[in-house]
Amino acid sequence: MNRGGPFDAIVIGASAGGVEALGVLLPALPGRLRIPVLVVLHQPRDRPSLLVEVFAGRCALPVHEAEDKQILGSGAIHFAPPDYHLLVDVGPRIALSVDPPLHFSRPSIDVLFESAAELWGQRLLAVLLTGANADGAAGIACVARHGGTTVVQSPAHARHAVMPASALAAHPGVDHVLDLPQIAALLAGLDAPATD
Amino acid sequence: MDAALSPDPAVEWEALPGFLEAVYARYHYDFRGYAQSSLKRRLRTAMLHSGERTLAQLQQRVLADATHFAQLLGFLTVQVSELFRDPPFWLALRTQVMPMLRTFPSLKIWLAGCSSGEEVWTMAILLKEEGLLSRAVLYATDINASALARAEAGIYGIDRIPGFTGNHQRAGGKAPLSDYYSAAYGHVVFDKALKRHVVFADHSLATDSVFAEVQLVCCRNVLIYFDRPLQDRALALFREALCHNGFLGLGSKETLRFSAHAAAFDVVAAHERLYQKKRS
Repeated sequence: MNRGGPFDAIVIGASAGGVEALGVLLPALPGRLRIPVLVVLHQPRDRPSLLVEVFAGRCALPVHEAEDKQILGSGAIHFAPPDYHLLVDVGPRIALSVDPPLHFSRPSIDVLFESAAELWGQRLLAVLLTGANADGAAGIACVARHGGTTVVQSPAHARHAVMPASALAAHPGVDHVLDLPQIAALLAGLDAPATD
Repeated sequence: MDAALSPDPAVEWEALPGFLEAVYARYHYDFRGYAQSSLKRRLRTAMLHSGERTLAQLQQRVLADATHFAQLLGFLTVQVSELFRDPPFWLALRTQVMPMLRTFPSLKIWLAGCSSGEEVWTMAILLKEEGLLSRAVLYATDINASALARAEAGIYGIDRIPGFTGNHQRAGGKAPLSDYYSAAYGHVVFDKALKRHVVFADHSLATDSVFAEVQLVCCRNVLIYFDRPLQDRALALFREALCHNGFLGLGSKETLRFSAHAAAFDVVAAHERLYQKKRS
């Protein structure tokens, strides 16, 4: 089955400046997309996330906070809950963990990207956006090693350049280095008619 | 621990079931029902730490050397909690469950998967503040003996105290948290008097059975590491251990909703994941 063009899943990571960037990208995802979109955004850990409320009305896809063991079936956006790592298991289904923070971050982008890379291999699209630390760099390199497609926001156009620049340093062979409108256009094109 | 860990693509994960079988056969620790993504991540961390490149190498060392297995066990059961982690849970326990627990002449409470003890000390302090500690027994169980030893010692880094204190206040704390510990040499030690009511014991939710009837079970952020069948096994133990109208507290992202045991419980506080066993 080929429900998202060449991809079975999309993972997106962002930190400082991320809400604004996601505000451009997530509404661009077409409602006909039949693959899961998993998002890690670094947030304060000690209060409930408002991301679902913020994005639900603006996106064509349903928006959820990720639930442990939830089966990833049809098209939907799943945000990592604050203070939990978001991973994926065979099923495919969501797996949450309270393992120690990585880069002082829980959820960590690396944790999501690495588990998604292992599960989906070359049928994964990984997008890393603005941020002020190096989380996601190892994750992007891992997605690439497993044959997935990597997209990094151009540091020159990112609100905070450290995160995308770290990823480019860790993996110079990133497939696409783009500004936000270009990434939005790429995502919007993902519902191109199935080829099989 | 906060290091960037790159997964080694060379790890032959197809050998994982055999590895887990071998560990179970040799040591009777059963990780076969653990959710794979976190288990793999923890194994990778352990292998990076001790320098094995393949599961086969790890298996060889672990089977030959019980000390190495103990070290691996530390990685596989790593759990970092806090005192009063998730304050709304403890506040709901205080305001909605404690008044009912007060009606029992004696109280038994099971803290399953207590790891290094943060929730044990949390529960003891909560019971003390609610005037219930003197008639309570807490069973604090875990599969990791060295974590249990840390739990029993009740010693934590002083850098963690501001977080603990804020949590305690948001959980409706009735006295300063500093009433319950003394500080020395960069650490705090919790009041040994709280511990007189705690029994620390080795117990596995994967292989052991029920050991007592209890009025409250707390098992928070343990079930997320289990696959569905193992989750159901653990929940069956809790259901069997609980008296009629006994209470169950889970982690904030764990739910009974999809479990085989959902019908046996009423929801006390949905968001705080507090449940009450129905009178059968």
